Amino acid sequence: MAERDKFKIPVGPQHPSLKEPTSFSVALRGEEITGIDVRLGYNHRGIEKACEERTYIQDMYLIERICGICSHSHSTCFIQGVEEIAKIEVPKRALYIRTLVGELERIHSHLLWLGVAGHEIGFDTLLMYTWRDREIVMDVLALLTGNRVNYGINTIGGVRRDITREQMKEVTRAMDSLEERTKYYIKIASEETTIIKRLSGVGVLSKEDALRFCVVGPTARASGVDHDVRRDDPYAAYSEISFNVITDNHNDVYGRTVVRLKELMESYKIIRQLLEKLPEGPVSVKVPRKIPAGEVVSRYEAPRGEDLHYIKANGTDKPERVKVRAPTLANIQAVKHMLKNRLLADLPIVVAAIDPCFSCTDRLISVRGEDEETPGIMTWENLHSYSVEWYRKRGLDFSKLK
Amino acid sequence: MGQEEKIREGFLAAFGYLQDKITIQRSRRIFVTVDIEKFAEVFDFAVKKLGFSVLCVITGLDEGDRLTFIYHLDDGSGVMLNLKTGVSKERPVIKTVTEYFPSAEVYERELVDLLGAKVEGLLPGYRYPLPDGWPSGEYPLRKDWIPENKNG
Repeated sequence: MAERDKFKIPVGPQHPSLKEPTSFSVALRGEEITGIDVRLGYNHRGIEKACEERTYIQDMYLIERICGICSHSHSTCFIQGVEEIAKIEVPKRALYIRTLVGELERIHSHLLWLGVAGHEIGFDTLLMYTWRDREIVMDVLALLTGNRVNYGINTIGGVRRDITREQMKEVTRAMDSLEERTKYYIKIASEETTIIKRLSGVGVLSKEDALRFCVVGPTARASGVDHDVRRDDPYAAYSEISFNVITDNHNDVYGRTVVRLKELMESYKIIRQLLEKLPEGPVSVKVPRKIPAGEVVSRYEAPRGEDLHYIKANGTDKPERVKVRAPTLANIQAVKHMLKNRLLADLPIVVAAIDPCFSCTDRLISVRGEDEETPGIMTWENLHSYSVEWYRKRGLDFSKLK
Repeated sequence: MGQEEKIREGFLAAFGYLQDKITIQRSRRIFVTVDIEKFAEVFDFAVKKLGFSVLCVITGLDEGDRLTFIYHLDDGSGVMLNLKTGVSKERPVIKTVTEYFPSAEVYERELVDLLGAKVEGLLPGYRYPLPDGWPSGEYPLRKDWIPENKNG
């Protein structure tokens, strides 16, 4: 093909089809994608370096903020690693509550994804329906933890809040409603011609390629890779819970939709078992600030796939090294392959179908000044006086606190 | 014999010099330390003969005058092999593993940007994760690197 027939267009880092910044350089021949390069890093915040300068407990809160959606996944992955190094026996009730919040998080993430996928293919009714239903699980998370995201339920050695009988009844009621709604979405995915035709054969990734690219989570399972950390390397309470690992052989975006919908049904099943079997007892144990020297690899099945943390402790109250590998980093390379020789119009849904999270991937933060006209870095002093002023306007004076 | 023991036996049968270099930390967690000169053959054996066909990530560490790299490999059943090797900071050269795992590209670029590793065989491409204008010779994950705005 003559060089003049090729055309390169940038998609991102800011683009209407992307929810977070990343950049694709797409080579086109007409509407056909002939090559694609991905540029990541726009969200890099230096969290791994920051972890080395903070205590374990501070790191837990920092790591929870790697991602706004799978925040509990990251904080659990981190603390279960720290607990393993320190040889802490976490009370069973705490492990069950962690698992419960983890599955609620998966439900909210998968419903959020279904809405985004609907939006990307112009099916905005699906977006409205799923995000309305997602509010049910958001309310449950707020009821149990006090927050819709960044739940702050974890602490090293257990969880910070217990769960009451009344709350358990609320959770069960919510699961009943969500299960009914999910059955309806499964019916739509099985019968609605628009969805089936738009998603089938798009973003194809064969099982061989899924294994070659080492993809994770629903992206891998929709290509027939039978792997789920919850079953294969169980943590928290998963070894005591019965559930199925959902796989599918469509190998395309449709398969990824089916896997996530069926995983929702498994999550409801897991949550009911957790509530039935919830052991009595304390929800945390005291943990010394200093963690003995050692190293650990901690794994967690986040909604988007395997989250992996490597932690090295040096005997102080701060880690020597924290390494985070979020699932999107494992999946993004395969997107290039999925899009090769496909139409440009498929790009948004194919990218969305791995459920990318670039904040997780890059582990970053953006800090802006108070004045929108002159964005810049907010210093510690600025931040302190800003917060003092914020509370003063609401009738509280913290100006003497430093 | 558990599967971790079988893996240890498999390594020892092929590479007697790993006798004191294999640690079974717990079930499903094996750590193996290999000299950089022998790394390629041990890595090849782990991937092709022992079935560690998934590269989860590569961790890089600054350990004083040396850089350590840990290749976290999975066999598809949840057993994780952590293959460690190290190089001196004067000559921080490792070979790419992208011919085994195309997804390793981004992990290796991270080692280049954040720790100053030199990865032989890594094809040219976008850097990751630092921005294009980042000054050369500044490696944020090295212990002696202090951010300019550390205190805000």
